[in-house]
Amino acid sequence: MQTFYTDVLSIGAGLAGERVAIEAAGAGFDAICLSIVPARRSHSSAAQGGMQAALGNSAMGEGDTPDVHFNDTVKGSDWGCDQEVARIFCDNAPIAMRQMAHWGVPWNRVVGGKGFYYKGGERFEKFEKPENEGLITARNFGGTAKWRTCYTSDGTGHTVLYTMDNRAAKMGVQVHDKVEVISLIQDGKRCMGAVARCLKTGELRVYLAKATLVAAGGFGRIYRESTNAVICDGGAHAAVLDTGVVPLGNMEAVQFHPTGIVPTYILVTEGCRGDGGTLLDVNQERFMNIYEPEKAELASRDVVSRWMMHHIREGKGVKSPYGEHLWLDIRHLGEQHIRGKLREVDDICQNFLGIDPVKDLIPVKPVQHYSMGGVRTNKDGAAYGLEGLFAAGEAACWDMHGFNRLGGNSLAETVVAGMVVGGKVVEYLQGAEAQFKTSVIEDQVAKDRNRIQRLIDCADGGEDAFKVRAAMQDALQDGVHIFRSHNDLEQAVFQLQEVHERAKKIGLKSNGKGANPELALALKMAGQVKLALCVAYGALKRTESRGSHAREDFPERNDRDWLNRTLATWKNEDDDLPTLNYEDATPSFEIPPGDRGYGGGTIIPMDNPPAGKED
Amino acid sequence: MARTLKFNVFRYNPMDEKSVPHMDTFVLPEIPSMTLFIALNQIREEQDPSLQFDFCCRAGICGACGMLINGRPGLGCKTKTKDLPDEITLLPLPVFKLVGDLSVDTGTWFREMYAKVESWIHTDTVFDPTAEEERMDNSIAEEIYELERCVECGCCVAGCGTARMRKDFMGAVALNRVARFLIDPRDQRSEADYYDIIGTDEGIFGCMGLLGCEDVCPKELPLQDQLGFLRRKMGLAAIKRFLPFGKK
Ligand SMILES: Cc1cc2nc3c(=O)[nH]c(=O)nc-3n(C[C@H](O)[C@H](O)[C@H](O)COP(=O)(O)OP(=O)(O)OC[C@H]3O[C@@H](n4cnc5c(N)ncnc54)[C@H](O)[C@@H]3O)c2cc1C
Ligand code: SF4
Ligand code: SF4
Ligand code: FES
Repeated sequence: MQTFYTDVLSIGAGLAGERVAIEAAGAGFDAICLSIVPARRSHSSAAQGGMQAALGNSAMGEGDTPDVHFNDTVKGSDWGCDQEVARIFCDNAPIAMRQMAHWGVPWNRVVGGKGFYYKGGERFEKFEKPENEGLITARNFGGTAKWRTCYTSDGTGHTVLYTMDNRAAKMGVQVHDKVEVISLIQDGKRCMGAVARCLKTGELRVYLAKATLVAAGGFGRIYRESTNAVICDGGAHAAVLDTGVVPLGNMEAVQFHPTGIVPTYILVTEGCRGDGGTLLDVNQERFMNIYEPEKAELASRDVVSRWMMHHIREGKGVKSPYGEHLWLDIRHLGEQHIRGKLREVDDICQNFLGIDPVKDLIPVKPVQHYSMGGVRTNKDGAAYGLEGLFAAGEAACWDMHGFNRLGGNSLAETVVAGMVVGGKVVEYLQGAEAQFKTSVIEDQVAKDRNRIQRLIDCADGGEDAFKVRAAMQDALQDGVHIFRSHNDLEQAVFQLQEVHERAKKIGLKSNGKGANPELALALKMAGQVKLALCVAYGALKRTESRGSHAREDFPERNDRDWLNRTLATWKNEDDDLPTLNYEDATPSFEIPPGDRGYGGGTIIPMDNPPAGKED
Repeated sequence: MARTLKFNVFRYNPMDEKSVPHMDTFVLPEIPSMTLFIALNQIREEQDPSLQFDFCCRAGICGACGMLINGRPGLGCKTKTKDLPDEITLLPLPVFKLVGDLSVDTGTWFREMYAKVESWIHTDTVFDPTAEEERMDNSIAEEIYELERCVECGCCVAGCGTARMRKDFMGAVALNRVARFLIDPRDQRSEADYYDIIGTDEGIFGCMGLLGCEDVCPKELPLQDQLGFLRRKMGLAAIKRFLPFGKK
């Protein structure tokens, strides 16, 4: 068995993982990033729309500042975020964006003079200041007061990740791809690294590190319908949960994106609506402007998704063999814009739907998209519960998103958190000594070997891993979706507990040799079901509606009782439910809880509202 | 009428001493809007859970699913079965090291490639977090983006006669990468520096110009234009290099 030693081990080679590794490498430390796929295939590359930073260079972004960005982010989160973290994020985002420009991202730039844009299907004129020519420009995204989303056509994630990976290569960061972490090595106090399986040979490997970072992205694939890549399956989260001591934060906060295409649930970017696309119903009539006169299609994602589902329930959906959907209309943006600035969208429509978005409507419906929840960290990115364990990016609950993240705030989070948390990891390393306990390492490896052997031998039963996965996905899809209620959630929890029992009895049908894919799934299946239980059980217990968490039986946002964050821990291996604890949503208020300005709904106020500056 | 599809799939697991390279046949009823992604997953879930293949984004964005589809390199997730005959033969991409069945190791190949072309901005300027960003013409930014759209799927490499014969040939994808940095005003490398990287048979002079690469590129990158552009540039760089008064 191979053993690798390093200063920083990043589980994940997407934007967040590589950005932290680059910071460490820049300070003279060794860094290894692990990834299931080559780094550049990480899901960060799929982000089309863009990333938010208050540069204020474009005409429609004039007057933008980190304060305005902060305001939008806190409102977007439905006051569920950590305001200290949101502040760190907004203040650093412009620096991070400029740094990415310095490293090579070909951001779209301001072109001076007269130009046009669309809003709600209508054409408007704008004038870009000639003196800003050549600075990084921005496009419109939902839930923001200013145009703030920096982009490269509709390949933002792609270009930023390629640039990041170039920089990582330059800085000597190692990427071990086709390597999948299956457990953490820890003694209940300190994390020492991870056990991983090589997806080229099937062999186990040990990675020992002074600091371990979880930057494994989202876990959307526990749902049946998701925009996420197939590798976004929460395997690393499951390894964290298995420690029994590290909590996952706000797992019930799951974001549904309004425009997944039906039937493959591939995402078409929010940029479509940002650039002026509209949503239409079965009669080809707009409806968002009725529900949200001010923001219309550009309210935050949770709000738009809810109104879409509501509209479908009102009988205004378009019937199809894949269930009901609505239409996205971008035809009025014109051929040049669609084939140029929305080329990926054009490609997706042509390739996966066989339609031409210049002439045809796009069938869409809300689908699982983003995991606000994740490995709970403090503002330095240090995980709760284990020393030497950090998390960043979508995998983390650093918590600037609270119960709903704004479009463009996630990609930006990966690089900003990467920069900030990277700095903290470096500080940690400067004071850290390598302390690897041989017995702990050997125990963990033996445990994993044993797991593998039992699966191959069908020692615990012959349950089919793929069928277990399908049962888990169905339970979440049906019971823990956009609209939630006590009965459905209780049913989902119950079903998932049954699935959990089945997951313990999985046995392989194949021989498990080499890079066997059945074994890869079987190894994480029980852990995935535990994640699903954290989502469902957290949602059942949270008797209020906040951001993406919409309880039909508790429609109010309840700041009196629920202005807090759920922490889910899996204390004992034999438990059939997570242990839930709660902590305050934010240690301090810069903006006291108030109305978001979109989405309607009533609020049960706090008993002792904090003093703060009103906006 | 719904068709019945016959898939002939290459099978070999190098980590299993009992495995020998061979073809396996799987039969599936075709369903509307079926892609190779859907079909292969269905085969794995229902017929043979050991079947190895790579997909990631399943949306034609990440480049993970390159394979030979009836002899032609392409992306599996983007390929609809309705565009294929009812007998479909799938092989792993050549040139890259085989992991098993349809899965190959593109990661190592591409990492070596970008080490060779030093695929990053070379500059002396130090980033100043307090300063405004350096300005750039939007048209140049868009031009760079055009060349950066490559997803490193490896199809062009697999479709290239030279790459199949010479292990060290960098391929159109590397030359495209060089062109990307060459037109980037932030990169301070001179033409002579680039000549050192690609002015050999491993680079621009190994290319036979048969354009198998551009034909199969799923992102429709203008590989042909870039090859021509570099040939001209490198031709000039070579001349300058041999003239004593030529500047760098
Ligand atoms: C279709 C789509 C479009 C999006 N568009 C936008 C947008 O326009 N703007 C925006 O702000 N956000 C967008 N997002 C969200 C954003 O892209 C992601 O949240 C962000 O890129 C996550 O980055 P990350 O670095 O945290 O993780 P990722 O980029 O997902 O990287 C995760 C890494 O972890 C590795 N990994 C996972 N599990 C393991 C394991 N067990 N062992 C080893 N390695 C592992 C993976 O291989 C990968 O390298 C979009 C998301 C989707 C799905
Ligand atoms: S044109 Fe050159 S790079 Fe392209 S396939 Fe032919 S030999 Fe290979
Ligand atoms: S140039 Fe085209 S074919 Fe070659 S790796 Fe890039 S995307 Fe694939
Ligand atoms: S799976 Fe990403 S391109 Fe095919």
